[in-house]
Amino acid sequence: MTKLVEIRDLRVAFDGVPVLHGIDLDVAPGEALGLVGESGCGKSVTWLAALGLLPEKARVSGSVVLEHRTLSNAPRSELEQVRGGRIAMIFQDPSSALNPVIRIGRQICEALRLHRGLSGKPAQAEALRLMDMVGIPDPRRRFNLYPHEFSGGQCQRLMIAMALAGEPDLLIADEPTTALDATIQAQILDLLATLRRETGMATVFISHDLGAVAQVCERVCVMYAGRIVEAGPVAQLFEAPRHPYTRGLFDAIPRMDGPRTRLIPIDGTVPDPRALPAGCAFAPRCARAQVFCRTERPELLPQTDGRLLACAYPVPTAPAVPQRERVSQ
Amino acid sequence: MIRFLSIRLLRAVVTVLAVMTFAFVVLRMSGDPAQVLLGPDVPQNVIDDFRAAWGLDRPLAQQYLSYLGQIVSGDFGISMRDRSPAFELVMERLPATLQLTVPALLLQLCIGIPAGIYAALHRDSLIDRGVILLAVAGFTIPSFVLGLVLVLIFAVTFSMLPSGGFGSVWHGILPTITISIGGIGILARFSRSAMIEVMGQPYIRTASAKGVSWRHVISRHALPNAAVPIVTIVGFMVGSLVAGAVVTETIFSWPGIGRLLIVSVSNRDLAVVQCILLMIAAVMVVSNLIVDLLYGWLDPRLRTQPAH
Repeated sequence: MTKLVEIRDLRVAFDGVPVLHGIDLDVAPGEALGLVGESGCGKSVTWLAALGLLPEKARVSGSVVLEHRTLSNAPRSELEQVRGGRIAMIFQDPSSALNPVIRIGRQICEALRLHRGLSGKPAQAEALRLMDMVGIPDPRRRFNLYPHEFSGGQCQRLMIAMALAGEPDLLIADEPTTALDATIQAQILDLLATLRRETGMATVFISHDLGAVAQVCERVCVMYAGRIVEAGPVAQLFEAPRHPYTRGLFDAIPRMDGPRTRLIPIDGTVPDPRALPAGCAFAPRCARAQVFCRTERPELLPQTDGRLLACAYPVPTAPAVPQRERVSQ
Repeated sequence: MIRFLSIRLLRAVVTVLAVMTFAFVVLRMSGDPAQVLLGPDVPQNVIDDFRAAWGLDRPLAQQYLSYLGQIVSGDFGISMRDRSPAFELVMERLPATLQLTVPALLLQLCIGIPAGIYAALHRDSLIDRGVILLAVAGFTIPSFVLGLVLVLIFAVTFSMLPSGGFGSVWHGILPTITISIGGIGILARFSRSAMIEVMGQPYIRTASAKGVSWRHVISRHALPNAAVPIVTIVGFMVGSLVAGAVVTETIFSWPGIGRLLIVSVSNRDLAVVQCILLMIAAVMVVSNLIVDLLYGWLDPRLRTQPAH
């Protein structure tokens, strides 16, 4: 497999508190990868660290390579070329992610000038084309409007247009639909899937919404407390999650088909990064945990079916029956 | 926009009217100009003649109404002491005050804002801590103390600069510094917190993520947003500069409006005091009005809000 981005042993610490404990992650050209986990598990930090976007107080180590180009410890000017040009990023709250005092057209043109050297009329024409492509109606009239004159969904479309301006090879979508209404969410997911088909750019989709991930991704990495705990093709993970945490995530999603069942929440809360358990970080919340789990941390190892798994006592593959009780009618 | 403007304008007029009324009433309650100007041993009929000549024998309400009428027609009254128009007296002193306040304002803007922004961008560094410390010191020291300390150091001890008076650039240095220090401190603190707030906003991360250089992230994406709260404070400071001039001009015997005000108050020179207070009120009101207009220009969200 050729690799577009190769992350090795990426570690991040804030004020001496480690929040990312050695992430290994590859993204293939044109691939759609999902990064799933609860808030604070390090999904976003992984990519902010890779692009050098974390605040200065963050300690980052490990290596990030983009097609033979090492990004870790690269000079600022080199990172600035990569950001937006090779790897673009869109964020959670589109309304506050756009600069409120700069006209939207100018914000898109800025990216065009930085990465494609366009300015003046050609830049404007290209910006209008991008706005049209992401589904902004009547872009010519709205070119000179400010972000607050657009709805949340439209702001996210504009963010996507701005991200596409540099013709990136990889788009990192950091919870792009979390702040939006359900119907708008679906539209944005459709748009992202369509754009990936049309442009062939790889997508990393960061989310805690497994349904959304299933809709746009081919491969999924499940993260917990700063580590990847399970990774594999979407279908495989959905049909037979092996890590008890992955399983827990699925059991917590309401089902549209079948009988009404009670949702099973995962007990407890995400551990404080300042006081991680000695063994597996998920052990305190895990129904399958044994003595080993509380003292030793299982490595992320390839399994016979091709997935990666970090669990000593994984969920057996055979029973596909949900561990749910029927809701008494 | 027109609605917004007319509300602001109406409010400004009401403010000025309130200041005028307050000054008018308080001045007439706080002492008899005839007694003060003519001295204690003057016969009663001279005092009565003086009062009749200046209309002070009429009821207060009547005096007030005729005063308002005069103001509306552009007549600011005659100085009881000099017998020349109060407005001319004030205008004579205006250049001296401007020679202090304009450079002071420029100093405040040129030192306060960059210092605050630099501190914000190097948060928790030694320079940041130094800026905060100096800023707090700057706006907590009262100007009369600072003025005297500066005189003691630069005029008395080192004989580098004159301790007071008017005439050369050298005379202006100490009073300008005295007036500006407090504002520099306030502006530095304010610019710092405004910039820190803006730098934490998601759109700054967006700008970095799309490859904008660090310098342009600061100058094109952060500063225009930080300008809104900074402009507010500058608006307040313009007003307080004129007020600060009163104390400073007195310390340094600077022949400006501030000193004229002090002298006129002690003389109960009604027309002059009223004219100066009216002018100070007008400066404050106009600077706040300009700030309101700048808001709309700086922040498009405020500009279009009434339309929605």
